[in-house]
Amino acid sequence: MSEKNLIKGQTGDWEVVIGLEVHAQVIAEAKLFSGADTSFGAEPNEQVSLVDAAMPGMLPVINKKALEQAVRTGLGIKAQINRFSVFDRKNYFYPDLPQGYQISQFSDPIVGKGEIVIDMEDGESRTVGITRIHLEQDAGKSVHDMDPISTYVDLNRSGVPLMEIVSEPDLRSADEAAAYLTKLRAILRYLGTCDGNMEQGSMRCDANVSVRKPGDDLGTRCEIKNVNSIRFAAQAIEYEARRQIEVIEGGGTIDQETRLFDANKGVTRSMRSKEEAHDYRYFPDPDLLPVNLSEEFVEEIRASLPELPDEKKDRFVSEFGLSAYDADVLVAEKAIAEYFEEAAKGQDAKTVANWVTSDLFGYLNKEGLEISESPVSAKQLGALVGLISDSTISGRIARDVFAEMCASGKDPGDIVEEKGLKQVSDSGELEGIVDEVIAKGTAQVEQYKSGNEKIIGWFVGQVMQATKGQANPQMVNEILRKKLTD
Amino acid sequence: MSVDKSTVARIAQLARIKVPEEDLDALADELSKIVGWVEQLDEVDTEGVAPMASTAEGTVLRQRDDVVTDGDCRDDVLSNAPESEKGYFVVPKVIE
Repeated sequence: MSEKNLIKGQTGDWEVVIGLEVHAQVIAEAKLFSGADTSFGAEPNEQVSLVDAAMPGMLPVINKKALEQAVRTGLGIKAQINRFSVFDRKNYFYPDLPQGYQISQFSDPIVGKGEIVIDMEDGESRTVGITRIHLEQDAGKSVHDMDPISTYVDLNRSGVPLMEIVSEPDLRSADEAAAYLTKLRAILRYLGTCDGNMEQGSMRCDANVSVRKPGDDLGTRCEIKNVNSIRFAAQAIEYEARRQIEVIEGGGTIDQETRLFDANKGVTRSMRSKEEAHDYRYFPDPDLLPVNLSEEFVEEIRASLPELPDEKKDRFVSEFGLSAYDADVLVAEKAIAEYFEEAAKGQDAKTVANWVTSDLFGYLNKEGLEISESPVSAKQLGALVGLISDSTISGRIARDVFAEMCASGKDPGDIVEEKGLKQVSDSGELEGIVDEVIAKGTAQVEQYKSGNEKIIGWFVGQVMQATKGQANPQMVNEILRKKLTD
Repeated sequence: MSVDKSTVARIAQLARIKVPEEDLDALADELSKIVGWVEQLDEVDTEGVAPMASTAEGTVLRQRDDVVTDGDCRDDVLSNAPESEKGYFVVPKVIE
């Protein structure tokens, strides 16, 4: 365990231990056990079947796609696939749970142990264990602020298929938790099993947080419920760890409890704990037979897995010679990786990677655009790099051309043609300009001759000014050095 | 195993069934007898036998295709609700 993750308290260093439970909405047209629509944003109770409303006598029938998606996700994190699994009833009462129980999986989940590798900014990698993935129904939505004395209930989400992805308590800092969530989301998106859209609630996170002195047994944990962004998850964990340290160092003890994160204040608060501890009384749902998956079913899914972020990263490093860091940035989102590969076709991949991660990202961030909304297509960016490689334009001019591409969406070749930006690589022309500059700068020539080689930058600047930046910088340098040493 | 009064109160609470205090003793007695009767099953040696998840083993779980075939019946869904408004079920406030 690395030292830098420790939190300093008054009585010494503390280690924070985090396990995450992620609820990921399965990408499927219909619900887990009914034929009602799962899409986001419908009018209240428009997407509810009599099964989802738990009308007496209605029976659940499993959506095959949900099983496929759970298995696909399991294979994507190199997990054990349980060909035998069981749906259980988890019993509790709440107005947005019409059945009086949630159909979930308890002792026999569909996916067992797996792992996710996270890459930290300092270049270190860590493997985080996944305990299990199980399938379960989402509940409906309670709206508490529409009326002073009533709660309004919308069952559109009731029965929407969720995967609960449970990690081992392997994470040791808020940053690691954020890296884990980012990586998990990328994998789910590559797999096409969850859209990872946290604002719309299709990915939500519960964080189990405890602290201990390094080497001690695990401390008592608190569970922070329903955090709906990666940034909030990191903030909540950071706050909660410091809160627990303060309590313990102040002579108190941690109560095992459920807490909520208040994003406005940046604090976690205890949920009312007066209700007695939950007793879910799980038992196998008698309305559903156990799930038996055939080997062919699993193997067919395995054969159709896409290239995942880790594999893509390795390939970008070996095939294109990118640094691990650049490769990591490019594979973080499937759409970015695809853009890069398209742009790099037939071009110098390292240069393309630089343009994507610096200039393109810079522009997109500034404008608040997604890669899919980029005014510069992958092909156009590739063409721009091509113009640099064949010395048609210099890297500096290319920045101007890129700005113009962003503004107009035009091809780089057309912009260079229209604006007459072609690099001056005619040695006769350049020599003439260099002679003029040297004639003007007698003082600078003296400095150069007395050993101040850096002054050459001044000459280059003058030549660039005279050519509106279009002189081939390498040639200018060569000619200058030759003439100045003569 | 016998079921005591506090256990009856607790399971009544979990099941959201209101049981008057004076009924608890009689129910504890009754439930103890039922549990005692079921406990006869403990006499069977189940060493090495996997727990059974279904009484219909050997039958295949029916699966549906991922197609929207249902829903869009809000009036039906809300028709038994004691109160509804703007398409929502309306229930007594559940948070303070």
